Amino acid sequence: MASINIDNVQKAFGKVMAVDHLNLDIKDGEFFTFLGPSGCGKTTTLRMIAGFYYPTKGVVRFGKKDMTRVPPEKRNTGMVFQNYALFPHMTVFENVAFGLRVRKLGSKELKMRVEDVLQKVRLEQYADRQVSQLSGGQQQRVALARALVIEPEILLLDEPLSNLDAKLRDEMRSEILRLQKDYKITTIYVTHDQSEALSMSDRIAVFNFGVCHQVGTPSEIYNEPANDFVAGFIGEINLLPVKIEKIEREYIYVIVQNGESSSELAVRNAPFNYKEENKGDLALSIRPESINILDKETEGKNIFKGTIEEVQFFGSLINILVRTGGLQLQVNALNSGLSRNLEAGSEVWVELPDEQMRIIPVVNGDGS
Amino acid sequence: MIKNRDTRFTLLLLIPVLLVLIAYVLYPSLRTFMESLQKDGSMTFGNYSDFFTQESKTNLEALWNSVYISILSVLVSAFIGIPLAFIFNRYDFPGRGFFASAAIMPIVLPSLVGVMAFMFLYGETGLIPNAIKDLFGLDEVPFKIGGVSGILIVHAYTMYVYFYMTVSSAINKIDPSLEEAAYNLGANRFKVFWKITFPLLTPAIVAASLLVFMISMASFSAPFLLAGGYRVLSLQIYFSKINGDMEVAATQSVILSIVSISFLLFMRWYQNRKDYRMASKGIGAHRSEVNHPLLKWILVFTGVVGVIILLLPHFTILLLSLVPDGTWTWQTYPSVFNFENYRLLYQDPNIFKPLKNSLILSFIATAGNLIFGVLASYVLVKRKFVGKSFVDILVMIPWALPATVIGMNLIFAFNEPTIFSFGNILVGTFWILPLAYFIRHIPLVVRSTNAVLEQLDDSIEEASRSLGAKWFYTFRKVILPLILPGVLSGTLLAFVESVGEFPTSVLLYTISNRPISIEIMNQLRMFNMGQAAAYGMIQISLIALVLFISNKFFGVKAEKSLS
Ligand SMILES: Nc1ncnc2c1ncn2[C@@H]1O[C@H](COP(=O)(O)OP(=O)(O)O)[C@@H](O)[C@H]1O
Ligand SMILES: [Mg+2]
Repeated sequence: MASINIDNVQKAFGKVMAVDHLNLDIKDGEFFTFLGPSGCGKTTTLRMIAGFYYPTKGVVRFGKKDMTRVPPEKRNTGMVFQNYALFPHMTVFENVAFGLRVRKLGSKELKMRVEDVLQKVRLEQYADRQVSQLSGGQQQRVALARALVIEPEILLLDEPLSNLDAKLRDEMRSEILRLQKDYKITTIYVTHDQSEALSMSDRIAVFNFGVCHQVGTPSEIYNEPANDFVAGFIGEINLLPVKIEKIEREYIYVIVQNGESSSELAVRNAPFNYKEENKGDLALSIRPESINILDKETEGKNIFKGTIEEVQFFGSLINILVRTGGLQLQVNALNSGLSRNLEAGSEVWVELPDEQMRIIPVVNGDGS
Repeated sequence: MIKNRDTRFTLLLLIPVLLVLIAYVLYPSLRTFMESLQKDGSMTFGNYSDFFTQESKTNLEALWNSVYISILSVLVSAFIGIPLAFIFNRYDFPGRGFFASAAIMPIVLPSLVGVMAFMFLYGETGLIPNAIKDLFGLDEVPFKIGGVSGILIVHAYTMYVYFYMTVSSAINKIDPSLEEAAYNLGANRFKVFWKITFPLLTPAIVAASLLVFMISMASFSAPFLLAGGYRVLSLQIYFSKINGDMEVAATQSVILSIVSISFLLFMRWYQNRKDYRMASKGIGAHRSEVNHPLLKWILVFTGVVGVIILLLPHFTILLLSLVPDGTWTWQTYPSVFNFENYRLLYQDPNIFKPLKNSLILSFIATAGNLIFGVLASYVLVKRKFVGKSFVDILVMIPWALPATVIGMNLIFAFNEPTIFSFGNILVGTFWILPLAYFIRHIPLVVRSTNAVLEQLDDSIEEASRSLGAKWFYTFRKVILPLILPGVLSGTLLAFVESVGEFPTSVLLYTISNRPISIEIMNQLRMFNMGQAAAYGMIQISLIALVLFISNKFFGVKAEKSLS
């Protein structure tokens, strides 16, 4: 087991900057996830940790050891590939035993360890099968067993569930978590699926265009996204371009401009809602579940009259699209009480609670 | 020192590959070129101006004849191969599967043996014309092949297979829903064919045309035995060499090389160009059953006749091999049949020797092909380096160059001591033939290995390395076992092709190690057809055996790597 330190790492493929100015500290035994859209540099980063790419600049350390230019076979990392990369000419047993044979383990201990890990992934009856005869989920388990049996310092998983169907995916998710806790192994998990990232990770790093935008626990990432990219990539959100009008002790007043009309909103002046160091273009963000729907005009801050444009029914949840002035707001309500009777065309009032709105910086599309 | 470990390793693998290619592909070609600039002891382009302006116009005529025959060969082969591909892949009728596999039978005939069979079947004293003559009581044979028509018929017989195979595989890759969509939009059969199907097949047809053109330009055995007085360039080179006009032979070789290499480059460009026609794969073609009884039986009848025509040469060789020498002289038909020729082959050391020579020479050449092929292919497919397409072209050049030219190149390069032959003269020694066979079959083995290596996902190799295995361990335990079937089937094919190789053999052999093809030629000269045919049968069996083994045990369609 080891901690990982990625120190100002950069990786360029010709003119394409796949990863830039990356600094990460991954703790011993942590389940750490790289999350981001496809092509953002997750695999590239993972492969620099595995040793398949060498960084153009910067240093990769395991614990205190500089590993930047150590070849992959000397790193003792266990990697699970997106397509599993099982050796098609070997049985399940031989696949799992491969790493131990390389390490010249005695046949008795080898057999014991392979059987032990196969039992852990619940494949003991399949030891003599050809890997091509296994289902997708079973192949995935062989790949995991093969990586775990060498007792690696670090377990690397590149989108391991993307080739499985939805039901198996849920099953393997808990399986991976169970094994990770069992082995207490530092794990890096790459995915573009936010629900996987939120439900499994100790901490998440969110990537876009080769840049890491935020590192934090799942609840930090969801509740306090650092900028509009993170906010928009994870969960649903309303993002409105705003200008700050005035800052008072208790409230910050902002103007939302939309076409001809403009609306003024009051945001709570607290570190959660606004950070002074945020300069440049700003956006107001509020999650759809934080907006309240009212059926009659009520006194209070940030209450607007609007018309329902669309209602989408999801069972426990109802998504409502409300237009107020020039603004379009996405509202999610629980399927209970008032929201059951809403239909397109009806008039409603929406309340944007001041403590739920956050003012965050806008990053440009290119990630700079 | 190169810092990156991986780059250094790539270089380590690349150096031997490059050395071999430079020493035995590039250098000999350059030597021929240098030779062609020699005239009366000085450096000039004189030989070239002679080539084009010489009064008798022999050379120009030979070049034109080669082109003319090649164009006709393309047309005739296309005319046979494309409709066959359609009928066998789009319609179902009794015996379809059998006819479809019989259609590739011409490739189990080595070229020299095939031409020989055609001579005995359709030549002046051929069995068919004489049978017809006797049957109808004619005074003269009704037809005989020879000259242009002879060459053309042999070409059509052997080369339509390339059209048949490429177009078949293209037809099977067409997504049936494309045609269905067109029908759905109201197009009729005719329109669907010309507007949808045919345009989707053009890349395959163009590729096959280029291939057949190159092969006919290079064709040697057919003109050698059938041309009569008709001149083609590949044969002119041989005559120039026999007459000792080495500078002229060099000039002719260079000109033929230029044509061939231009075709190679054009073909590469054509195939690498981004093509929207890349059809979606893996959707099986649907065959419509032929229900009309008359049509169905016409197809079956034509199929049966076709198969008979296709297999007639094979049977002729078999039949002739059973005719003992000296029992068929003035008679129209042979009358004595036994296993005498095979017995002699087995018991007479003089007759067995050429077979043994061929097997030894081919074994050495093919062992080289195996090692070189795997190494070169691994570097080309799995490693990154600058100048890859240059190496790729070097590997393909022996495929493009006519065998006669390769033979001449070797003569010019190794009739003097060079560092590439470790200071030895190779021409006139044992080693020149294995070297020639090796060079001839570099592309075949590299390409069949490429095909399996490209299938192998990079992550397999990476998985092994991340589990702690060094490169060589990974290569031995993971990569090699996975690619072995493909590699072996390519190598076996190279082996049997070497056993049958005629054009380079005839330029380079020595009496003490003359191979089987030379002996066939000698026996033909002495009118010992029986013995020649027995040698031929052995080659046919070897090829058939290799195709069978590849199909059965390696699951590889080896005949695919021939095109
Ligand atoms: N071997 C490579 N050569 C060139 N470009 C590459 C290579 N690998 C990745 N890239 C580029 O780097 C960027 C990041 O890729 P990657 O790390 O695979 O993204 P992700 O795994 O997040 O989808 C992409 O723009 C991709 O095209
Ligand atoms: Mg990826």
